[in-house]
Amino acid sequence: MARVQIAFQDNDESRYIVSAIEEDNPDSTIHYEPALIRIENEGSLQINKATVEAHMGREWDVQSIHVNLVTLTGNIDEDDDYFKLAWGGQ
Amino acid sequence: MQAKKLNVKDKYRLLTRDLDWEFSYEDRKEAFPYEEFEGIKITDWDKWEDPFRLTMDAYWKYQAEKEKKLYAIYDAFAQNNGHLNVSDARYVNALKVFLTAVSPAEFASSNGFAWAGRHYGGAGARVAAQMQSIDELRHYQTQIHAMSHYNKYFDGFEEFPHMHDRVWYMSVVKSFFDDCRSSGPFEYIVAVSFAFEYVLTNLLFVPFMSGAAYNGDMATVTFGFSAQSDEARHMTLGLEIIKFLLEQHEDNVPIVQEWIDKWLWRGYRILAVVAMMMDYMLPQKFMSWKEAWELYFEDAGGALFKDLERYGIKMPDFTETIKNEKDHISHQAWRVFYSFGHAAAVHTGTPTAEELDWLSEKYPDTFDQYYRPRLEAAAELEAKGERFYTAGLPQLCQTCQIPMFFTNVDEGKPTEIVYRESTYNDERFHFCSNECKHIFDREPEKYVHAWLPVHQIFQGNCGGGGLDEVMEYYRMGLGEMNLDYKGSPDEKRWKKWKGVA
Repeated sequence: MARVQIAFQDNDESRYIVSAIEEDNPDSTIHYEPALIRIENEGSLQINKATVEAHMGREWDVQSIHVNLVTLTGNIDEDDDYFKLAWGGQ
Repeated sequence: MQAKKLNVKDKYRLLTRDLDWEFSYEDRKEAFPYEEFEGIKITDWDKWEDPFRLTMDAYWKYQAEKEKKLYAIYDAFAQNNGHLNVSDARYVNALKVFLTAVSPAEFASSNGFAWAGRHYGGAGARVAAQMQSIDELRHYQTQIHAMSHYNKYFDGFEEFPHMHDRVWYMSVVKSFFDDCRSSGPFEYIVAVSFAFEYVLTNLLFVPFMSGAAYNGDMATVTFGFSAQSDEARHMTLGLEIIKFLLEQHEDNVPIVQEWIDKWLWRGYRILAVVAMMMDYMLPQKFMSWKEAWELYFEDAGGALFKDLERYGIKMPDFTETIKNEKDHISHQAWRVFYSFGHAAAVHTGTPTAEELDWLSEKYPDTFDQYYRPRLEAAAELEAKGERFYTAGLPQLCQTCQIPMFFTNVDEGKPTEIVYRESTYNDERFHFCSNECKHIFDREPEKYVHAWLPVHQIFQGNCGGGGLDEVMEYYRMGLGEMNLDYKGSPDEKRWKKWKGVA
């Protein structure tokens, strides 16, 4: 398996998204770089709407991920409730 | 009863695919005249998946949000004299490279996506290309707005549209986009969305923006990240287009492989300027070119090509060459800019002692042996008041238009410049590498008339034969935008603002 990665601008909104990722993907590695937060994980990485909302304490639309997104690698699977990155055939 | 809210998938289907229509009385082939001429076979456009499923209404909503955030910061930056907070005025030269060489490429890309999008028979691809065309225009505009503040205080920004069509190093980026925009719609999108955006764009934006953050440049960090939030979508489009073309028909595989090979090489060549920017133009350094290359190409690109193996796509053969070159190109590119510092709209100079040590540490296998002594020799000449500028003009590669400075690292001869040539219609053409020669040999007609800045000077088309005349033609003057930072008007103003003697 290869690593997938996603990076966000380092700001207050992203911080909650990142802590939600940490909770749902306990093996992921988080790098704090100048002005951005980059997260890597083996094989796949999933962001769940419910977890992000629990961290933020308010509603969060998965598509609003675009506002703070910096870069990503991997194939995307997106729906109302989650956003997933993965390598490998689907 | 209140209507049920649509989920993302249904909304995407209704607001994207349902915008398409059947051709009942017109010939579909006439409506999409370029869909077949590249040899690409599309059997079913319905198989197109836009993974983000972004509909136009959501697109406007989130883009508007990004713009509001961005312009609030621009205002704050300008109102607080943000240019005074950068690490050093030398840093601003990195921005000059960006605005003059990169920003016009955003505009070219916008233009290309508008055209390519028009010629896709599938609504999903059309909408994605339309969004990207608007994104690229936004990038061009927001970059100009960010730089307009710097333009009030520093030299080198004001003539960028004029210079883009004329100056030797800007022609490198220009030729990339002229080349892909004069391809068919599928080659265009493989070139820009896949080769450039997916595989290489991280190397352009992320290091530039982290570099800006490290050097106190809030405006650039912000436009960079705002643009990059679109890039993530563009990258996804690049991966989708590749998978779509490969899944549509097996005959597409060799065509797509050739395009990947060509455009990754052309994109990689452009990045020589980013390599130089990272290693030589940031007063506060954060990552070497080599490290960025390893992280964003070897690591991330390696995973990508592994994923594409199942379609029969392989890493280009030149991967070994670029691996060998990563220890060299930033130093070689800077040497060229330093030697031609009189003909560039940025200020050059030799690195400080600390910077030399940083380079030694980052490039333990090459820097002390090949590059440090030359920089030290140049600094010695400077100290004696004998600053060296190359009086002649460099030979340019017919394909990538970069001066021939790349060396034969493949054969372990890093001090020997690579010269390749081909003869076409009894005329000889020169190349910087086997790959650029190969690209030419595959489509010579496309490159024989390339507007090569050095040839044009020699042919008398650039104001005249003397340096003064060419600099006037470039609208560069002598001693304001160009030459070394030391002694420049930029330096004088900076010292005055900072109260340094």
